[in-house]
Amino acid sequence: MGATHLPSTEFDGTEVDDQLEAEAEAALGEPRTEMVQLLGPDGTLGTDSVFSEYAERLDAEKLRGFYADMAAIRRFDQEATALQRQGQLALWVPLTGQEAAQIGSGRASQPQDYIFPTYREHGVALTRNVDLAELLRQFRGISNGGWNPKDTNFHLYTLVLAAQTPHAVGYAMGIQRDQRLAEANGLADSQPAEPKAAVMVYFGDGASSEGDVHESMVFASSYKAPVVFFCQNNHWAISVPTAVQTRIPLSNRAKGYGFPGIRVDGNDVIAVHAVTEWALEHARQGNGPVLIEAFTYRVGAHTTADDPTKYRESSEEALWRAKDPLERLEKYLRSEDMADDSFFAKVAADGDELAAYIRKSTYDSETPDIRTAFANTYVEAHPLVAEELAWFEEYTAGFASEDAAEGAGH
Amino acid sequence: MTTMTIAKAINEGLRATLSNNPKTLLMGEDIGPLGGVYRVTDGLIGEFGADRVVDTPLAESGIIGTAIGLALRGYLPVCEIQFDGFVFPGFNQITTQLAKMHSRSNGNLTVPVVIRIPYGGGIGSIEHHSESPEALFAHTAGIRIITPSNPHDAYWMIQQAVDCQDPVIVFEPKRRYWLKGEVDTQTAGLAEDPFKAHVVREGTDATVVVYGPLVPVALAAANAAAEDGRSIEVIDLRSISPIDFDTIEASVKKTGRLIVSHEAPTFGGIGGEIAARIGERAFHSLEAPVIRVGGFHMPYPVAKVEEDYLPDIDRILEALDRAFAY
Repeated sequence: MGATHLPSTEFDGTEVDDQLEAEAEAALGEPRTEMVQLLGPDGTLGTDSVFSEYAERLDAEKLRGFYADMAAIRRFDQEATALQRQGQLALWVPLTGQEAAQIGSGRASQPQDYIFPTYREHGVALTRNVDLAELLRQFRGISNGGWNPKDTNFHLYTLVLAAQTPHAVGYAMGIQRDQRLAEANGLADSQPAEPKAAVMVYFGDGASSEGDVHESMVFASSYKAPVVFFCQNNHWAISVPTAVQTRIPLSNRAKGYGFPGIRVDGNDVIAVHAVTEWALEHARQGNGPVLIEAFTYRVGAHTTADDPTKYRESSEEALWRAKDPLERLEKYLRSEDMADDSFFAKVAADGDELAAYIRKSTYDSETPDIRTAFANTYVEAHPLVAEELAWFEEYTAGFASEDAAEGAGH
Repeated sequence: MTTMTIAKAINEGLRATLSNNPKTLLMGEDIGPLGGVYRVTDGLIGEFGADRVVDTPLAESGIIGTAIGLALRGYLPVCEIQFDGFVFPGFNQITTQLAKMHSRSNGNLTVPVVIRIPYGGGIGSIEHHSESPEALFAHTAGIRIITPSNPHDAYWMIQQAVDCQDPVIVFEPKRRYWLKGEVDTQTAGLAEDPFKAHVVREGTDATVVVYGPLVPVALAAANAAAEDGRSIEVIDLRSISPIDFDTIEASVKKTGRLIVSHEAPTFGGIGGEIAARIGERAFHSLEAPVIRVGGFHMPYPVAKVEEDYLPDIDRILEALDRAFAY
């Protein structure tokens, strides 16, 4: 260490740039400028020199599963929107239109991978087996989280945009160190090796402008961290179009950091799955980060408090509804005789069952006690928290004894 | 017992924690071969390697943010922020993410990140290199803040910060980095609760509460006051969040007068918080209002006039005069 590790002052980046380009070309073929698409809006399957191979691994059961997942999360989304309208949720963040981007990428992850969502990744949550009723807790105002990330390796939603991106890179740096520690300790020889893991972090076209995305990509590139940056470009950051966030395809930004960037049709679940599977494998194998830009569209409002008629034409929404991710997969499944009416009827029935469960869980959910907030502010004992809690107990006990006195008087 | 400077004591404390726990790692700008701009991490990369002493890109939000991710993976990151005035690009990560993670996960997640920040003035430096932003962090629930004033505390408190399961900011008094003192590195039992204040000089007529760089100043003021026949008790706060109000309260109930001094501006500062709490707890023991001696409500001034800004012996003595005049 020390002097032997002093960096060369002659480093100008060009050599690394050439090397990275050569690596990318070897892995992905000619530099890509076009969007990867396998399943077109008309439901026909195209080909791709790199990613068709991944699509071919998907059998009929998997594809039916993708459809069922997308339909379930769309039904869930409708139910949550209805619950907000009924006053059961303070706010809801709809995902309709982005089902393929989320189910395709989530299903490409493996249990040992760790996922950092933003706050619209309900579809990814479904693929990670998060209880969808728990997902609503934050929006009902009964938790700031709602589930234990350790159970599913699906982190809590993060509301400060892009703040989770450096967390993802740090987590990936931890994975690197775990692997190197295991190798150094010779554990690989004596025990079955742990499956290699990667991290995937979700953010949007709006968040791509946040400095944290830039810093995260610098760190990830410098340390070759096993992280996949999954950007859902849904075209609108509340009311501001993507053109205000970027003048070039977002996927092109990866080149500036020295890792591969791929734009994929975010409404094509087969292509999203293929590209994400490739990227996660690339990261797990120690080849460093990848940026995926899923080109999709937020068909609904930003949140239930938003009014898209103020800032965009309904004709634009119609254009994107024609590219609907569920419809195109349904066309494909039917044309290939992979699914029939009974399958789609079953999916619809399952959706209603899920909606009923969500509704009931929401109605039944218990309001927390503020004492849990006192308990969870710090891990270790804290005198100020203890003092304020003691005051609170005394204060509330005062009301209890008043009530008792009133009761005795009657 | 070994005599060493505060900088060396922190260096030795970090060395001990790196040796004792393979999950500890240091992160920051220029902390590798250079050993940090104050050489606090000198030699550590050579002993522990670049995986554990990490020279990071120049990005404070990235440093804190990746440290949070490493902590979620089970690591114990110790981040160095190069100067007080440069912590603000990381302010969002500290206040909205690090401080809240345990709470918002309903207690399921812990993020035991340590952030070391050299702070305070008196070194004749340029803009953004002499600030005391501790109150901005003390207002945020979920993090703890400690500040050692001597080498023995520095050696132990940095290790205790790493051991603490909560996030801890360690404000290091940069103008005292070269202050020498005795350190007992042998007996862990000598490490005292880092969140408790110390009475560093006993007295009966007035109490002066200080922390970090102002501890030697308050002791000198107490010596000067003794020549006038005033017996001054000096408390080294050591912990800014939580604050050990019990120790201050006991002292004030004995002396009846309280001066709080810090380099940070008085408005909205730690001194105001102490004054309010002691007003509630010891109102009938107070012979005079609690008096604050601190920086003015202005951006930290240029180095050539910082002597007029920083609390010194005379300003503490003047405050004592006012307290005794009531």
